[in-house]
Amino acid sequence: MILKNIKNLALVLVLGFLVSACATSQKIGNKEDYYTGTDTVKFLAAGVPDRVFFATNRSTLHSGAKATLDKQAAYLISSKLKVVIEGHADERGTREYNLALGSRRANAVRDYLLSKGVPKAQLKTISYGKERPVNPKSDRLAWSQNRRAVTVKAN
Amino acid sequence: MKRIIFLIFYFTFFTNANAVVTIDITRGNLEPLPAAISNFYIDNPEKFSESIKKLNLDKNLPKVITENLKRSGLFYVLDPKSYIQDPKLSHLKPRFEDWALIKAQIMVSGKLKIDEKNRLRVEFRLWDVVSAKEMEGLALFATPSSWRRIAHIISDKIYQRLTGEEGYFDTRIIYVAESGPKDQRVKKLAIMDQDGDNNKYLTLGNELVLTPRFSPNSKMVTYMSYFKNLPRVYLLNIETGIQEVVGDFPGMTFAPRFSPDGKKIIMSFSRDGNSDIYTMDLNTRVVDQLTNHPAIDTSPSYSPDGKYIAFNSDRNGQQQIYVMRSNGKGVTRISKGNGLYGTPVWSPRGDLIAFTKIYKEKFYIGVMRTDGTGERLLTENFYQEAPSWSPNGRVLIYYRETAAGAGGRGASAKLWSIDITGYNEIKLKTQTDASDPNWSSLLSK
Repeated sequence: MILKNIKNLALVLVLGFLVSACATSQKIGNKEDYYTGTDTVKFLAAGVPDRVFFATNRSTLHSGAKATLDKQAAYLISSKLKVVIEGHADERGTREYNLALGSRRANAVRDYLLSKGVPKAQLKTISYGKERPVNPKSDRLAWSQNRRAVTVKAN
Repeated sequence: MKRIIFLIFYFTFFTNANAVVTIDITRGNLEPLPAAISNFYIDNPEKFSESIKKLNLDKNLPKVITENLKRSGLFYVLDPKSYIQDPKLSHLKPRFEDWALIKAQIMVSGKLKIDEKNRLRVEFRLWDVVSAKEMEGLALFATPSSWRRIAHIISDKIYQRLTGEEGYFDTRIIYVAESGPKDQRVKKLAIMDQDGDNNKYLTLGNELVLTPRFSPNSKMVTYMSYFKNLPRVYLLNIETGIQEVVGDFPGMTFAPRFSPDGKKIIMSFSRDGNSDIYTMDLNTRVVDQLTNHPAIDTSPSYSPDGKYIAFNSDRNGQQQIYVMRSNGKGVTRISKGNGLYGTPVWSPRGDLIAFTKIYKEKFYIGVMRTDGTGERLLTENFYQEAPSWSPNGRVLIYYRETAAGAGGRGASAKLWSIDITGYNEIKLKTQTDASDPNWSSLLSK
């Protein structure tokens, strides 16, 4: 009979925290929100950009990305350079999903380069998920710059 | 890591076995129980060496108990300045009127002694002030330097006696300690007691480490490391410090957790960019592939009976939570609300799944029943994820990050906990920024 207080500890407040499932639908991942600028971009060689950008939660290569990868493919074939393709995600997703997403992005680039005739032995991939942002700021521009796959010289 | 042996026995006298109070989350009353935690008295001060005296155990032991009970949100600990009776009499023969006067409903007293084997003997009693009788008594022995564990075990006994549920104070948290700028973050495995004390680093920070999770007996940890720039799942024996790679597949292995029997690791393996869920038997090294789908399948978590697995997949086009049988059959989507869902973690009680939800650019920690019904969101913020359950299934711990300005300024990552009722959200003390917390089992069990 004492300790009634504790017995009743509980759910009343919870109601206040409940977010009712409202009917409006969420726009998940704007297909067009990939970065199109040149800040953060480096070059594997003269005229060969090192990275491509992705829309939120996506790993599809848009036409600009393909143009970049065409240049990379030509350069990799002629130089026989061994590279690692690093896949990255922005910070707006859960860590483990982002690791998978980074892997998917790196492999989308790898598959494209293979399709353009780059020998398999020259290409490796790694995902860093959201662990290595290029722009540490928390805004849309930074996130779009961080959703990327970067082709770097293998050590 | 050093282990200590406890001898525990109960004083059976006065113990009223049927006055167990249960926490009933279907009723509403958020008034914490008023409690008085008296200083403990020292029975044989002449046996206390200078170094033991310096520990101030008569004050610090009740202080750790006080902090534990306060942090649970279930207790209101009255100001010790209002305590009238001295610690010795409080322990031997409390004057209940004095404690009732300051509105205490329960009182905790204790006695400290150094025994003939130079062990610290701590005796505590839990008193029901209103009914004027003893509810619980217990004596524990340990080396004096292990006094904090004694305080945690006593806290668990008090919590259990008053709530009817097992406590969670004699537990540890494994997490990732973070430092440095966001674009060159240094991450180390770290372990601490649940109250933030006794912090230790388990790796040096030379390689990126992520998502540590305890084995069921909390002696091993599985985690992901970028050692030699090969992202793989590892196993670490906390006591011996020996680590080994378990997910040495031709590709990235990540998102590891133990099976409830501790015999297997379940994890994601990304081959050619496609992540599926696999298990590896730790004895036989036999690998089983459980999902085979071109979508991302990750963040697997077993039900406590080992029969089911909750996981994260975007097979319908966006990140959602699915449940399947432990053989990979019977995949069913359970998250049904608007938004994205990730990081499902099965409650140790088996009845709920905790998750992260992303909706309208906010991150929520919530719980739902295992069939996806009864979704309740407990906390909303700019960024938070990765809930982990207290061993009694009562509290969730997770990490929260703040938004960064130019150059990454203002960014922080901290550990938070919340009661599954959505009440008592608190920030945990950590020496550095922290993420990916995982709660151990009850160590004294």
